[in-house]
This record gives sequence, structure tokens and C-alpha cells, in this order.
Amino acid sequence: MGKSDNRVDEPTGTEFVGHEWDGIEELNTPLPRWWLYTFYATVVWALVYVILFPAWPLIEKGTEGVLGWTSRGQLAEEMSVADQARASVREEIARVPLERLSDNAPLMQQAVAGGRAAFQVNCVQCHGSGAAGSQDLGYPNLNDDDWLWGGDIRAIEYTLVHGIRQPGDPETRQSIMPSFQGILDEGQVNAVVDHVMSLSGQGPSNAAGAQLFEQNCSICHGPAGQGMRQFGAPNLSDAIWLRGGDRADIRAQILDPKMGMMPKWEDRLDPVTIQMLAAYVHSLGGGEDFVEVAEDPEVEVDEEP
Amino acid sequence: MKNPEPQLHHSPLGTYQARTKVHPQRIDGFFRRFKWLIMLVTLGIYYGTPWIRWDRGPYAPDQAVLIDLANRRFYMFNIEIWPHEFYFVAGLLIMAGIGLFLVTSMVGRAWCGYACPQTVWTDLFQHVDRFVDGDRNKRMRLDAAPWTAGKIARRLFKWSIYLLIAFATGGAWILYFADAPTLIAEFFTLDAPFVAYATVFILTMTTFILGGFMREQVCIYMCPWPRIQTAMMDEKSLTVTYKEWRGEPRGSVKKALRNPDEYGDCIDCNQCVAVCPTGWDIRKGPDISCITCALCIDACDRVMDEVGRPRGLIDYLTLEDSQGETRGQDHRPTWKKVLRPRSILYFLVWAGIGLGLLFALGARSHTEIAAAPDRNPPYMLMSDGSVRNNYTLRLRNMEARPRTMRVGIEGLEGATMWSETMNNEDAARTIEVDVPADATRNLRVYVRSLWGTPAQDFTFSVTSLDEQAESDAVETRFVTPGEE
Repeated sequence: MGKSDNRVDEPTGTEFVGHEWDGIEELNTPLPRWWLYTFYATVVWALVYVILFPAWPLIEKGTEGVLGWTSRGQLAEEMSVADQARASVREEIARVPLERLSDNAPLMQQAVAGGRAAFQVNCVQCHGSGAAGSQDLGYPNLNDDDWLWGGDIRAIEYTLVHGIRQPGDPETRQSIMPSFQGILDEGQVNAVVDHVMSLSGQGPSNAAGAQLFEQNCSICHGPAGQGMRQFGAPNLSDAIWLRGGDRADIRAQILDPKMGMMPKWEDRLDPVTIQMLAAYVHSLGGGEDFVEVAEDPEVEVDEEP
Repeated sequence: MKNPEPQLHHSPLGTYQARTKVHPQRIDGFFRRFKWLIMLVTLGIYYGTPWIRWDRGPYAPDQAVLIDLANRRFYMFNIEIWPHEFYFVAGLLIMAGIGLFLVTSMVGRAWCGYACPQTVWTDLFQHVDRFVDGDRNKRMRLDAAPWTAGKIARRLFKWSIYLLIAFATGGAWILYFADAPTLIAEFFTLDAPFVAYATVFILTMTTFILGGFMREQVCIYMCPWPRIQTAMMDEKSLTVTYKEWRGEPRGSVKKALRNPDEYGDCIDCNQCVAVCPTGWDIRKGPDISCITCALCIDACDRVMDEVGRPRGLIDYLTLEDSQGETRGQDHRPTWKKVLRPRSILYFLVWAGIGLGLLFALGARSHTEIAAAPDRNPPYMLMSDGSVRNNYTLRLRNMEARPRTMRVGIEGLEGATMWSETMNNEDAARTIEVDVPADATRNLRVYVRSLWGTPAQDFTFSVTSLDEQAESDAVETRFVTPGEE
């Protein structure tokens, strides 16, 4: 503060500080003293805070604070509280038979919500975040009503547990679409393609193709091309094509077949999470009702198509 | 500016100034009684409102005024506001703002002088001072006295009363946010949520400090409203005015008796300063310290009666009138000053917003629908070539009872729908949905169109199946492969 000459501004009765800029002078209007004390109090607060909590960034890590509080620790604590809150729901899901889950609407909702979360972590890499799959890469769409290996909740769970064409799991879903390269000649392949196109109403029928289909394909795909779920043989008569439905796609699949592979999850996820995943996939809109004897997924599948 | 004759300042100021304590004197009069009335009404509303019951049936709380943050509902008598209707609250706040403009343009700082919580609680605490320590002179003596055991006991007693009032104030606040009888029982059995205790603690401390100790400092240093008010007031706004032209030069009754022509009506008794709750001397003119509580009018009128001079040396006047009266004009009736285009315009805007809000409140529907189409994937091709789209419907039932609603498809020929709780064999053009009382139900529905249906817009409609038969509709889009 500059030197005060004890002069007083007449209109306000306030003392001058002594600073002057181009004839404009500063008046000494004092702040209330409690204001100053409030400022000191915030300084004290800051000191206490710095001692109690992590504050100063150092080269390796920051100062830790006397209370030992960390944001990670708080997160871990809150996560464990959340896990405990979920424990009863998980126990309940484990207790209820999977096919009876839909009788208990709130529990089913919890299972679907848990399944959605697990799906976003483990399944979206292939099936996509909307479970719509990819036709280019042959990952099936899980929203529709077309199921290669069965669409009731038990069948979905079985697929999740054992996977599809998973090496090393004797119970995995297994089948092979053979290549007809060298078995059928060019004309025969075209005839078969014609016949397959006609199954879904995309072209005229072809007698030669029908006969070749009868001899070579109907064992797995069925006489009318309706598919067979024991072998994961796709339905060729519907509107859904896993790997494309035009001539070139069908031809490629006859000569150089691609077969999907899905990992088994029983080693990586706990049974309740798998059940929740099955409930989620089943809930996407194409889930089928479980019928006790509809399919026996444990039937040994013959390699021969 | 250079002062040719520098005045010597005998009490040099530092950079920081200790607060000069204000010890307002007891006074009775018209405005004091008016203040009592306002204090009674405002405190009565504040402490009493949470206890009013209001029957809303079995599905809603029976507290007349309740801000139910957990369930995101605001109840006020027979009005229930949902979060998406927050514009009602915004409207009320705008009305409060314009109401302040209206009041300030007409009667100046009436809010500060009578209704502001800081004023009301400060007034209450000052009555406590009077009750415990006596009137102005006794309090000033006690303040200056050394800290004897007696003074300490007296102070502790007074501060405990402060704390009690502050606790009641903070405690009443939380009762607006939960069922009052339940919460108060939980509070004292230590079963209330932590946030309740934290809120009560904070509000108790702010009331204790702001009302008990800060008092006029809040108005002078902390509150933004006096600063804004200067923009709201003009030369036609009422303000407490000392009639300088009548009072000056001031002098005691004895001096005036000796020289009747030399002195004005002010006898310089300082009663106006003694009763002022902020310690201002109104004879210096209007100031940020003057909250226009008009207690100085009461004090001066009493003195004028005693010395046999006309009342109204300090009075509510507009700036225009005080300039006029200085020039010798007659006193104009108050209503003429207050009713003028500006205040009428404020009133019309204020009333217009109020009527608009009332109309919106009466006309709103208690049934609503919103639809969010799934975008990932946007459509599903089915085995038979039909196409399915999924939607998440939000069905809102704003009545305090469960209702059944019929949801239907309008447009999109041949399409059927089913919900997540139905079997797809039961798909139909309309489905019936139960919506819980006073709630929004999120429902996933699947719409399946016939083979070959082109992409198009269509409408989901909803009708409540009760005597109200309220309906709502929302347009959305049906997407097919290759056509989005």
C-alpha cells in the first residue's frame, strides 16, 4: 500500500489510498474483517486437505494422504457392494431351471440385463453389438427366427457351453459341409445351384439339379432343403442366407464351403453368466419355446454328410 | 481531484474493517406490527406446510407438498409434476423473478424489508437478543462488559436458543423431501439417511451463522439482489425517505424553542438509527444498508407525536415526490405513484405467464407414448421373408392408479405386433398393456410386416381403457432391407 496522506474524499467520506492514475485516485474502502478470516479459514482447510488426501503429483506417483483414500479403492469398494447386491439374483437364477426362467418375469428381466452386459463384453466381437451378426463373415444374426442348431433356451445354452466345432471338446456341436470340387462337374454344380435357388422361390426348378440334390445333399439339408438342426445344416428354402443367397454365393459354398466356428464358454464364464447370456439371446425376438423332447443336443453326429 | 484543504481523518481505516455490532431498539408501530404479521405468516408457511396431508389414493403419498427426489415427482396439493414437466417449475421461477421486478418497481426493496428469509430470521434472532439480554442499552453495556461467568452463561443460553431455532429451520427443510411424520421419527431414532443429517447440519449452521452473527453483513456484502435492485428501481419507486427539506437543519427541542425559525422538524434524537436493524442512518439518504423495513418511520412518528409535530418526517416516498416536495409541491396519494404503465406491464406479463401455466396444467394429458426404434440392427429378415423391426415404447401413466392401455399400429398395412411379454403367435394389430400407477413403462415391441412391404412411416397409438379414454400417438419409421 502506498503512503496514505490522510486526505478524505469529500462526497463519500472515504480515505484515499494514495495511488493516482491520470487524476483518478483509489479510495480505501475496507473489506470486512470476517472476510479476511474466511480467507484464512480456506487456507487452513487446504492445508488439512493436502495432508489427509492425495494431493501433490510427484515423478513416480503422487503423495498418498494420511487417510489412504484412493479413487480406485473407492471404486473397488463400490463394485464389491454392487456384487453383493447381485449375489441373491445370481443364486436365484442358478436355482431356477433355465426353461422355467420366463415364468418369473422380474427374474427373467434381471437375467436378460445381465446377459446383455456379458454379451457386450464377450460376444460382440463376432456377433456385433446389436447381435445382428455379419453376412460377409458368416456370423449368424441372433435376432431372427432362423436357428442352425436350435433356438430354444436350452439349445442356446448348449451352444454357449460347448461351442461349435470347438477342437478338444467331444460334446461340441460338430458337422462338416464337404467340398464338391471334383465330385460334381461344372454342369452338375450349376444344376444344383438352380435347384437350391428354386427351393426358396428364386428361380425355375431343375430336374437334374433336384436329382443331384436328392443324392448328395438331402441327407443333411433334408429332401425339401429345409435343413436339419442335429447337423447345423441350414434351411435352404427360407429367406435367410448365412453366407449370401445369390448364385455366386451358393456356388462358392458348394465348391469351397466355409463353416462357422464358435468357442466354448464353459471354461471362461461361470454357469450363471452363460444362463443369463442364453436368456438374453433368446429374448432378442426369435427365441423358440423349449419342448422337452424336441431335440437331443447330445446326439453323436456322424462325420459323413 | 486535489483537495486544497486536506481534511484530517482521525480514525484511520485499515485494509480490513471490524464489524460494528448493531443493537436495534425495541419499537412498536404500524410497520412493526406489519412485520410481525409477515413473520408469522412466512414462518407459519415454512414450518407448517410439510404437515398438511392430502389424500391422493393408495398409489401416491399423502403429503400436500412433497418434493420426492427419489421417485422424481413433485407434489403440490392436487398438482403432480413429473421431471419432463419441469417447465412448470421454470415458469414459477420466472414468475417469481418478474414478481420481484413488479414489487421492486412499485414499492422498492419491500422484499428485503419484509419477506426475505434473511430478514425474517435476523428479526427473529434479534427478538431473542432482546428476550435474553434486554433492550438496546443493556445489550450494548453487556457487549462492552468483560467476560464474567454471568456473561458467559447468558451468552451460552442465548446461543443455545439460536441453535434451537437454527436446528428447527434446518430440520423443517428436509421434511419437504420425504414423508414428514416418518422422517422425523427416523431422524430421532438415527434411522434417517445420511443426506438428511448432512442437510440438517449444513442448514442449521448456515442459519446459526447467517441469522445469529452475520445478519446485515449478508445484505451489505454477500447478497446480489440489492445490486440488481438498483436497476429495477426508478424515480417512481417507493423508498423510505427522510424529508430533508422538512427536517433540516436539525436541532434539539430546546434549541428549536429558543430559535424556532432556524431549525427544522428533526430533533436529532437518533431514534431512527437506534431502531434500524442494519444500523443505517436514514438521514444520509438511501443506501445498500437500508432494506426499507420502515421501522425508522415507526420510531420517528412516535417522536413527532411526543413533540407535537406532524408525522411523516420519515416516510415512504418516491424520488420524484421528494424532489417535488423539496420544490414545495403537495403530497400525492400513494396509489397514484405506484400504478403506472411500467408496473402494470410487469403485472400483465406476470399474470399472463401464470394463466398460461394454469392453462397448460389443466390441459395436459395423463397418457403419453414415445417410441424409440432399434437402430442396431435396424431390421430383421425372417425365414419366411417378412421383416421385423423392434421398438422400445415408453408408456406414461400419470394417474395415481394402474391403468390398462391399448397400443395399436396405424398405417403399415398387414403388420402385426407383439410385446416382450407375449408370444409371437398372439401378434395382433392392437395389444393391451397394463401400466403401473404413476409410472412410465418401458416395453419392447416387435412389429412384423408382410413380405414385400416397403419402408414407410407409421404411427403407434395409445388409448387408456378407462372412462377418461385419453389417447396419444407417435410417428416412427418401419425399415426394410435396402430401404432405410
